[in-house]
Amino acid sequence: MKPTSSRTNALAVVFALVMSTASAEFSLSERCPPSFRLSESNTCELQSLYFMYGSIQNQGIGGTQTNLPHFNDGYTPQQIDLGRYLFFDPILSVDGSMSCASCHQPDRGFSDGQSRSIGLNGQTLQRSAPSLWNVGFSQRLFWDARSTRLEAQALEPLFHENEMGNTPQQLLQTLKHNANYRALFRTAFPASSDITVDDLAIALSAFQSSLISLNSRYDAYAHGDHSALSEQEIQGLNVFRSFVARCSECHTPPLFSNNQIAVIGVAERTGETLDVGAERTFNSRKLRGGFKVPNLRNITLTAPYMHAGQKQTLEEVVEFYSRGRGNELDDSDERQLHWHITQPDLTTDEIAAVVAFLGALTDETMKPITPSTVPSGLPLVHDNLGSDRP
Amino acid sequence: MKPFVLVTVIAVTSILAGYFWGSHQTDPSLVLPNQVEQGVDYDQASLEGVLRAALPPNPDGTVWQVREGESIQRAVALAAPGDTVLVFPGEYHESVYIDKDHIYLVGVIDEGSRATLNGRGVLNDAILYSGNSIVIENFEIKNYKGNAIMGQAGNNFEIRNNLIIDSGVYGIFPQLGQNGVVTHNVISGIADAAIYVGMSDNIHVAHNEVFDSVAGIEIENSRYAVVENNYVHDNTGGVLAFITPGLPIKTTEHVIIRNNFIVNNNHPNFGAPGSTVAGIPAGTGILIMAADDVVIEDNIISGNKTAGVIITDHDNAPNTTLDPESDPVPDRVVLLDNFMINNGYDTIADVQALMLTEFKTGLVDIVSVGRNRDSCILNPGRYHVVGLGDYDRCSVTTSANLANYLLAEPVQERPVEDFKLGEIAYLGVCSGCHTYNGRMIGPPVVVIQALYENNPEGLADYIANPRKIRPDYPEMPPQSYLSEETRRAVAEYMLKIDQPSH
Repeated sequence: MKPTSSRTNALAVVFALVMSTASAEFSLSERCPPSFRLSESNTCELQSLYFMYGSIQNQGIGGTQTNLPHFNDGYTPQQIDLGRYLFFDPILSVDGSMSCASCHQPDRGFSDGQSRSIGLNGQTLQRSAPSLWNVGFSQRLFWDARSTRLEAQALEPLFHENEMGNTPQQLLQTLKHNANYRALFRTAFPASSDITVDDLAIALSAFQSSLISLNSRYDAYAHGDHSALSEQEIQGLNVFRSFVARCSECHTPPLFSNNQIAVIGVAERTGETLDVGAERTFNSRKLRGGFKVPNLRNITLTAPYMHAGQKQTLEEVVEFYSRGRGNELDDSDERQLHWHITQPDLTTDEIAAVVAFLGALTDETMKPITPSTVPSGLPLVHDNLGSDRP
Repeated sequence: MKPFVLVTVIAVTSILAGYFWGSHQTDPSLVLPNQVEQGVDYDQASLEGVLRAALPPNPDGTVWQVREGESIQRAVALAAPGDTVLVFPGEYHESVYIDKDHIYLVGVIDEGSRATLNGRGVLNDAILYSGNSIVIENFEIKNYKGNAIMGQAGNNFEIRNNLIIDSGVYGIFPQLGQNGVVTHNVISGIADAAIYVGMSDNIHVAHNEVFDSVAGIEIENSRYAVVENNYVHDNTGGVLAFITPGLPIKTTEHVIIRNNFIVNNNHPNFGAPGSTVAGIPAGTGILIMAADDVVIEDNIISGNKTAGVIITDHDNAPNTTLDPESDPVPDRVVLLDNFMINNGYDTIADVQALMLTEFKTGLVDIVSVGRNRDSCILNPGRYHVVGLGDYDRCSVTTSANLANYLLAEPVQERPVEDFKLGEIAYLGVCSGCHTYNGRMIGPPVVVIQALYENNPEGLADYIANPRKIRPDYPEMPPQSYLSEETRRAVAEYMLKIDQPSH
């Protein structure tokens, strides 16, 4: 949703008003989100049926019954719940026009349905918003893998001039002037004497780590109920993991990502310059046009696809891979394509089956509740499809 | 289940593996698809001396017989862990997948005729498995587009005595598995590696014949592997031990390559563009790329026109990507005594250039290029060598004291104590819809506790077969993918909860 200038002005008025009218109606949950166990030291620890299985070198990649990768947990319930308020609160942006949920909408798989996300004042950003489902398992963050910790990642959009446009000084000042947040931060971070940017990043990471999707119909199949998938979906699973399509070589179960970088050779939109991606992060021509392999959980919810939304549907994505190595590149595009990018030449039936299978990776049973009001008192600004409104 | 009628016994002998299967045959008029019989004659004594990695079959398990015209997959679907699927000679046109544990998929060989899986150039893979303790033996597999036999994270596997011809990218490809044997297979005409061990630990590859493929045997990003007593001939490259950068498992270490015939691997390279093996020069006997703690011992390495053994780092290898997490340098390569003759008689320009720096011409047995740490050679004077200036003399003379790297017992699943099992199932699954005392999608746990007090069986049954009871809540979806043990554990856990956990 693009904020207009008049709307921005109106918001600024509200923004000023709420600073003085904040009340103490907000409290933080003392319980962990679903899928987490509260430990004796008041931290939330992930629990999953996948803990019944092992994995080679504990890397969390493998087949149907393979344990999960290392997970970023250990936050307190209070930090997670504070993160939830902050995530939805437009107070984080410079003018109250955007929240994290503007680009990571719960109803759109924590993405935004845009090819490339919309930043401050309606400007189009460079890349699409990645889904946040299961982001606590991710060893690399951002499409170009430039961050390795959620805490470091969380601050970039807040302070990027084209995204939420804030500055650490201004954001801290705003939060410290808000009685709700002063109280909430004190509850979540009793050891800190005042609100800090570091604590803010911890709270945002805590909430994002709580977004767990591991109970899809595929998971029921993986745990042993072979009636959980249709015949077509099983056919799709077998094409997906076949050595003709080779999807699972990079989108490896159980998360359907191997957490590596891959150069797949998808073209930019006509007229747009090449996004070098991980070439810049790792300072290597070999990774020119390389991006992080995204996990495919809840993938049907997050169209369009690829780093800049070049593909509108999953059919288009599978067709792209099927057409073969470099099919969107000119000879002049020097790209060291990933060795598993081949030319599967899948049949129409096989493509449909893979897409059907990807649909079986949908699970939103642990979706968090969007707060109806946020501590700043500002109106929610993200596009809420309304599925979880009371 | 049909009545059990013993008429006669067919001995199905798997000669190379050294043990036999017996099966009871019934009145032919009663032969139905996927016929069920109780009791397997299983000669335990004859297993002695055979390398095992899987659990033995369940002696009370069922033998499912599949005959030409019937579906192997259907039998696999019906089989329970510990069962055997016996496939009789004939041609089968299907892809078989095994997403369950402990299945013996065994071809019957009758007067030299095998059960033949023929992909006819249209099917992807012949056999895919993800379960543990999977045994696949005695098949003939040909004309598939993908792999002949592919494992994805199955542990404790045994793949033996299969004949694989012109079947796609890899012949036998166990990936992401631990503790497995690949023995007595004959594989040819493969566009990448005939036998490719990928990201796996504790593997034994022995007594195979691999030829007319781009790579014979490849050990990639894997640890604790023995490759021995194989006949590796007429491939582009014979035996490879690689660290391929960009994979999620980062190391290759402790690989023993010994007692193999590695002969005349001069096949023109027909690897797919961009694949790592597409860069292998034809005429390579053994290729070590960045792998650590590799022992090369007592092989007969002859007639490989580029070199008998090439040891390289990533910087001098084509088609490798950048991966800051993988070490590009081979460490501690141990070259013990080998028989090498007539290698490098028509070598590549890069090797010739390297030879010139040492004022050498002619044959070349061993080439080491790029960086290397702490490698050694026992008797360098026996070979034509180049680039081995910084190799020490080895202090060890043999690896014979190590028979194999297989585990003494099959890999166990992670043991989860009963109370933990109930907790991970409740929190990992149920907590999306239930809380201790609040209303969510399903009723609160306290309400469930009142209904099922002292009745965990009742609750466990309900979890598998829910019915709509309360008009004010949606019907619960069945959780039948949870094992009986897990359902019982979660029922007991839920009845004991006395405070909100989430």
